[in-house]
Amino acid sequence: MNVEAIIRAYIAENILFSGNGYPYRDDASFLDGGIIDSANVMELVMFVEEKFGLSVEDTDIVPDNFDSVRLLAAYVRRKQPILA
Amino acid sequence: MCGIAGVVNLREPAPVAAETLAQMLAMLRHRGPDEFGIYRDGWAGLGSARLSILDLSGGQQPIGNEDGSLWIVYNGEVFNHVELRPGLEARGHRFSTRTDTECILHLYEDEGPDCLRRLNGQFALAIWDARRRSLFLARDRMGIRPLFYTVRDGQLVFGSEMKALFAHPALRARIDPDGLAQIFTYWSALAPRTIFKDTSELPPGHYLLLEEGAITVAPFWTLQFVEETDPTRTEADYLDEFEQLLIDSTLIRLRADVPVGAYLSGGLDSSLTAAIIRKRTTNRLNTFSIAFSDPAFDESAFQRRMAEHLGTDHQVVYCSDADIGRVFPDVIWHAETPVLRTAPAPMYLLSELAHSCGFRVVMTGEGADELLAGYDIFKEMAIRRFWAKAPDSALRPLLLRRLYPEIDQVSNASQAFLMAYFKRGLSATDSPFYSHTLRWSNAARLKRFLRQPPAQGAHPEFDLTPLPRDFEMWSPLGQAQYLEIVTFLAPYLLSSQGDRMGMAHSVEGRFPFLDYRVVEFCGRLPSRHKLRGLREKRLLREVGRKYLPPEIWTRRKRPYRAPIHRCFFGDDSATEYARELLSPRAVADAGLFDAQAVSQLAAKAASGAQLSEADDMAVAGILSAQLVHQQFVRDFRSRISTLRPADRVKVVDQVAKETTH
Repeated sequence: MNVEAIIRAYIAENILFSGNGYPYRDDASFLDGGIIDSANVMELVMFVEEKFGLSVEDTDIVPDNFDSVRLLAAYVRRKQPILA
Repeated sequence: MCGIAGVVNLREPAPVAAETLAQMLAMLRHRGPDEFGIYRDGWAGLGSARLSILDLSGGQQPIGNEDGSLWIVYNGEVFNHVELRPGLEARGHRFSTRTDTECILHLYEDEGPDCLRRLNGQFALAIWDARRRSLFLARDRMGIRPLFYTVRDGQLVFGSEMKALFAHPALRARIDPDGLAQIFTYWSALAPRTIFKDTSELPPGHYLLLEEGAITVAPFWTLQFVEETDPTRTEADYLDEFEQLLIDSTLIRLRADVPVGAYLSGGLDSSLTAAIIRKRTTNRLNTFSIAFSDPAFDESAFQRRMAEHLGTDHQVVYCSDADIGRVFPDVIWHAETPVLRTAPAPMYLLSELAHSCGFRVVMTGEGADELLAGYDIFKEMAIRRFWAKAPDSALRPLLLRRLYPEIDQVSNASQAFLMAYFKRGLSATDSPFYSHTLRWSNAARLKRFLRQPPAQGAHPEFDLTPLPRDFEMWSPLGQAQYLEIVTFLAPYLLSSQGDRMGMAHSVEGRFPFLDYRVVEFCGRLPSRHKLRGLREKRLLREVGRKYLPPEIWTRRKRPYRAPIHRCFFGDDSATEYARELLSPRAVADAGLFDAQAVSQLAAKAASGAQLSEADDMAVAGILSAQLVHQQFVRDFRSRISTLRPADRVKVVDQVAKETTH
């Protein structure tokens, strides 16, 4: 699975509790679209740290990195070049 | 289910008075009112109080082996006795009953203490080898059935409940301050320690062997959380194995010669086992639930929904604050320990309901939250570990809002305070007790009410060691699960809220999730199949999806709670005892607590002021400790009785025989 697919699967299963996968586009804004709330953002941080072995700084937890599947996947690749 | 008791001389023969055994058994009448049994010889006396569930007419205890050299008294169920029996018959054993009791006896004859590994069930037993003059006591792996013992004046005295021990003429109950300190930390005393001095609990999964006057206590099984690392096993593989195990563990627990009912809490666990019964058998099913008059605690909408979905005959007991206050003294008499919650009281009313409907066996969902990580304490640990990776992060602790939504509602200043609370010990992630340190230190604040600090107090480094081998190699979740099971499931949920509340009304609980095969499976199961992100009981939900309506299997875990202080400080005269027991005179008489501090607490509770969680725990803990003192230390002798002329008693008296010889 690529990074996007892993992120989509996590959100679908653990935040949306959806049996039918992630129903949004990869560039849909999490917050604007009401896909996740602000506390869910920290669940995502927890998830990517564990899943991809990253360390996420507070200063990285901004919409530019965490507001869509595409932005988050790009962030993960920047932090973990081996996945790029 | 049953109760057992006995007395064995360690060094010199001295027949145990039949009246002593009768008095000990009379204290256990609630556990087994159907039949009694007494065995006596020159060295030992055993007793049994039986609640007939298997082989109703033929299973009266004590049961002997073929040549009368071994005698067993037994409390429990071994569910795989049907599978064990043919092998024993093939080895030449002749059975005189259809009971599991007799299977155990013959297995012990052949295999000694190792026989315990073959038993799948919930039991406490005593086998007396009259020829070798050795006594074998044992208790099931998870500690579902209780067993206590003490040694005094050259005798070992044992019983299913401590009140049976104190009916022995040489024994008196005395409160152990160190036991009290443990309860005011972990919520229970940890086996072998109890609330009473010189009175030991045989730990779960252990046996005691008395040979030639020497006592050995040893484990025959230990909890393990060593996760499997096989990369080829998919979630579907685990799911399949788990479902098959759960079906089998549920179905073998239906083995009984009496009807088996089920408790429904409204949550995932009990709903799932009830659904398995309905789907896999043609049995009608009777289900039982507690409803609270206070909506903050009530789950009855979900219970009804589930009962309708399953098509069960559903009965509900309505529990008010006043009911809890009214039955609390009886609850403590049965629990035999102070408790920091009133939650056992509704369970007491629930078993009364099941009993009144003619049921003596019920299935429950106990154990799933511990084994599959349903509790918030596991998530709290995961969040604190995540935070500990960047302790200065202002954002990471916000995850705590997932667990404690009320954090959002308090002022900024209180939020800062809460965050400081959760930050305590944050970086001590190498501590084996990391997951539970906050809970324990929070409860331990109750110790300020103690009149004098205990000699040892309660220290996890001391009370919980040695930890299992390789504990430090286990996953953080596995370590937390182990601590939860050892400090909370076994001594509190299965005892004060489980066996004791059921047995108070002769009702036996059966626990499909505590089948040792399920426990071992969950120990091997990788953490990601239990806690995924902050979503609990991952694998169980997936099974639930197949059996249950979505509003049940998607439900967030809701803790089972009951109201506390308002149960004791209403206008009801039935709770007059609470004010009396918390009065300065009664507190000073018992000598356990600082009377001034207790008076202030009681005044606050009676004033109708909002009480904090800690205050509520103090009310329950202190009042229940005062009740333990009143019932077991001060007034115990007035409660002693004996067997009645109308009781059916099987007597095997070798003393008379030995004298005539």
